[in-house]
Amino acid sequence: MTITEKILSVHAGLKEVIPGQFIEANVDLVLANDITGPLAIEEFTKLGMNKVFDPTKIVLVPDHFTPCKDIRSAEMVKVLRNFAKKYSVRFYEIGKVGIEHALLPEQGLISAGDLIIGADSHTCTYGALGAFSTGVGSTDVAFAMITGKIWLKVPPTIKFVYKGRCGKYVGGKDIILYTIGKIGVDGARYRAMEFTGEAIDGLSMDDRLTICNMAIEAGGKNGIIAPDSITEEFLLTSGANTGTFYRSDEDAEYENIIEIDAGAIEPQVSAPHLPSNAKNVREFSSVSIDQVVIGSCTNGRISDLRKAAMIAKGRSVHPEVRTIIIPATRKVYQQALREGLIDIFVESGCVISPPTCGPCLGGHMGVLGKGEVAIATTNRNFIGRMGHPESMVYLSNPEVAMASAILGKISHPDEVQK
Amino acid sequence: MIIKGKVWKFGDHINTDDIIAARYLNTTDVRELAAHCMETIAPDFSKKIAKDDIIVAGENFGCGSSREHAPLAIKGCGISVVVAKSFARIFFRNAINIGLPIIEIPFADKISQGDILEVNFDSGIIVNLTNGEKGTFMKYPEFLQQIIKSGGLMSWVKEKYIR
Repeated sequence: MTITEKILSVHAGLKEVIPGQFIEANVDLVLANDITGPLAIEEFTKLGMNKVFDPTKIVLVPDHFTPCKDIRSAEMVKVLRNFAKKYSVRFYEIGKVGIEHALLPEQGLISAGDLIIGADSHTCTYGALGAFSTGVGSTDVAFAMITGKIWLKVPPTIKFVYKGRCGKYVGGKDIILYTIGKIGVDGARYRAMEFTGEAIDGLSMDDRLTICNMAIEAGGKNGIIAPDSITEEFLLTSGANTGTFYRSDEDAEYENIIEIDAGAIEPQVSAPHLPSNAKNVREFSSVSIDQVVIGSCTNGRISDLRKAAMIAKGRSVHPEVRTIIIPATRKVYQQALREGLIDIFVESGCVISPPTCGPCLGGHMGVLGKGEVAIATTNRNFIGRMGHPESMVYLSNPEVAMASAILGKISHPDEVQK
Repeated sequence: MIIKGKVWKFGDHINTDDIIAARYLNTTDVRELAAHCMETIAPDFSKKIAKDDIIVAGENFGCGSSREHAPLAIKGCGISVVVAKSFARIFFRNAINIGLPIIEIPFADKISQGDILEVNFDSGIIVNLTNGEKGTFMKYPEFLQQIIKSGGLMSWVKEKYIR
């Protein structure tokens, strides 16, 4: 069996599972946010329920429109807050909250071998820790809060083998954008994406989280990386139980095996309006920009901010570019302060936002007007994603985003380093 | 069950931001969500359609976010069924869970804007009344049929888990 099949079979109480099989599996953690949580709570309440299956296994994270952008968002967060109080489930208040998919691993809530569902499509992020983790809907969350279970169809697995090592200014974001560019936004639809190979082994946990985070942008059910010593160290540092380390069997069956030479990947940029429009950054050198966003569940972690700060240090952002830096969590923010990164950003003319999904989904804290162009370290560049239906979003890694902020147009980091 | 309605045709990779933009997600009110359904790519969609009309699309319909507001908005504005070459997985499960009928057919390309379709859920046959073409669609696997038969996941949980 593959690592995905092993985790699913254990959680379904079965000796083995095969792709296509429907199972009801036990969940280790159920997540919802300020957009999807209220709908789940409505369904839960409509059924007249008065208890959840296990309060310690439910987490509510108000991160999308917070600090609340308007009265209605405040009302939605209130629904979460009241529910959390009533049923003693975990809730992160402003000041402690962070972007959910950066926050949960950091808080030690994820262990290897876990089965996690979340009413947020980027819940697939936690596969980087060797867990099965997938995005579902609000009704699924209501169902799981009652029963502790989720219905799933066991996915076939596509194995990705990345040979070689990543070059300079190339990281997890470039690997995943390149991969989505190669297979398309539905290239892994309903599939488990298992990321393997020398290049993955050599990546930090932050980079691995970025890769698994965007499995959904290829239509994937989950992204997963077999746990190793880097995983173990991350889990121990975060205070999590290390959990169970599963690996795919030698004779595991894959639907497809795709080999990619990671050493040949250049920094990638995905043009509007699909993440699969990925090309070498140098192909976009004529694109002028109005805004840069560095943050999100994809690239708002400490190593992302370090990479951006390295480019920004001693330089100023272009006078006609708004550059918004969003540390993904309080801890990331504090660490960035300690290391002097925040000072570098402010000195160079960036603005620092509190942890929030904010502009990534066109919510607040940096929405685009008609005809405006942004380059962002976020995960989606659909029509109107960051604001006006006639605005445009390009996706990139943090170094490319910061280099672009400085030069006012989409740029390779070595153009500012000259 | 037989449904008859006019076709509203869309392309491939219609994402959840197209179906309901995030700026409208500060409510769970279905009527309000419905009023903004497809607005980004088809202005005034909810005003133009009639009850029981049908959305027909290409590959990967509903890709992107997990927002259940997307199938809720479609259902809320009166669309009776979504027909596509394929669906993104979270949209698919959300539709099943909330009881929005969806059908996968390989020949969606042959259906045009404004055609009148008749969908027979019992026989699994779609007839294009505009050009006379007929096709069949696969029924859902047994497991999903149980959820659909119950009327959605919440009714199913009531039957199965809460006594």
